[in-house]
Formats: sequence, structure tokens, C-alpha cells
Amino acid sequence: MSWAGPDEILLSTSLAGFLDKKLIVLLRDGRKLLGTLCSFDQFANVVLQGACERVIVGEQYCDVPLGLYVIRGENVVLIGELDREKDELPAHMTCVSEADIRKAEKAEKEARDLKGTMRKRMEFLDFD
Amino acid sequence: MVILLLFVDRFSISLAGASLCCCYYCGAVVYQRFCFRVQLFFSYFKELVGKEVTVELKNDLAIRGTLHSVDQYLNIKLENTRVVDQDKYPHMLSVRNCFIRGSVVRYVLLPQDGVDIDILHDATRREARGG
Repeated sequence: MSWAGPDEILLSTSLAGFLDKKLIVLLRDGRKLLGTLCSFDQFANVVLQGACERVIVGEQYCDVPLGLYVIRGENVVLIGELDREKDELPAHMTCVSEADIRKAEKAEKEARDLKGTMRKRMEFLDFD
Repeated sequence: MVILLLFVDRFSISLAGASLCCCYYCGAVVYQRFCFRVQLFFSYFKELVGKEVTVELKNDLAIRGTLHSVDQYLNIKLENTRVVDQDKYPHMLSVRNCFIRGSVVRYVLLPQDGVDIDILHDATRREARGG
């Protein structure tokens, strides 16, 4: 196997340019994981060091620490490089504890499910 | 040998190799022949490198940016990215470069003048005839 030189890395689509950078990885199930890229392969499997899950509910957010993570490539949607000089989140968002964010998450899910069932009931009645 | 059928949302790509196999794309029974159609869109996207595109993903996220590079899986690297509906995706605020896995792309929206339709038609006809 021939190793890509620095010029080739700049022009290619490989994740080599992201090594040792702080990244945000979006997953298919909607989760957002942050971490430093340790390793990757041709399937976009990635190893993240110091990973944490950023849970965002409305105006609240929380970073849940996870440690060393190996992510299977088929679940990866997007890998974004976080710009250190810019704010990662809008200023109006508040950081809360994990317990609070989990409660808020649960409440949001219940509201969404309730909306879903009400809509199904309306559709059944054939209202416009 | 292996027959590989890859469906990438809008594109259907087939690689058929060796022995007796049925080419899904042209429906012909192929014996010890290789037909490669996978290069058409890859080559097309390579021509678009440097242009401003909007990539819409299957999770409805739409990202506008300059096409930096593309690979054989149609993975896309974008630079200078901005999310279309920024308020809905606060976590993407500071992301300026990103790698998008090819399997999650729904659309790649191109600039009107970025497409030479005739060249694309010719290339497609050539591929169809050549297979």
C-alpha cells in the first residue's frame, strides 16, 4: 500500500485531512458525537477519542462524555470539522446537566408521539 | 467471483465480473466480461470540483458549499459550508469543512450554468452503447 503524500491528502476525499482534529459526527439516528479523529478506513468507520454526545433540546444542550468510540461507517451521515475560532453553538443556548437534558428529551419525544397519534385520529375521521 | 449491485438513491451502479452472471443494468447474460458503469457520475462530479453546490441529505439537512473532492463511492467533501436552514441545526454553526458519506446523499443541487447538458447526454449515450 502506498501512503498518500501531503499534496494528495489535500486534494483527496479521504479523512486523512481530519486526523487529530476536533470533529462533529452526525449519525443516522440523529445523534451528534464530538471527538478527535484517531483513525478511519475506506468504509468511513471512525475512531473518536474523547468522544461526547451533544444532546440538544430546544434552547438547552448538554455534552455527555463517552470516552473512546468506534463508529461503524454505515451509520455515519456527515463528518464536520469544528472551527476552533468560532462558537460551536448560538449564544442564546444554555448548558444544562445530563439529568435535565434527558428529562427534556423524554418530554419532547412524548409531545411528538402525542402529535403523531392525534394526527392519525384526525386522518381516520377524514377531516381536511 | 462476486456480483455487486450498489444502489445509491438516485443512481444505480453495477459491477459484474467473471464467470456467468447477469448484468442487472442491461439485463444481458454476460460471460467472462466486465462492464463498468460506475465511472460516469464520478467523472462528472470531478468536473464540478470548485463549483458551488448544495447537497441535500436523506435526513433533510441541506448544506451549501464548494465542492472540494469526490471519490468512487460518491462521498463528497465540501468547503466553506453553510447550512441552508441554520436555525434548525445549531450544532452545525461552526462547521466550515465537511465530509459527506455518499450513501446519505439524496440530491446534489447544481448551479444552472454548471451543467453542460449536451456533454452529459453524449457521455450517457456512449456508456449505454459501450456496455
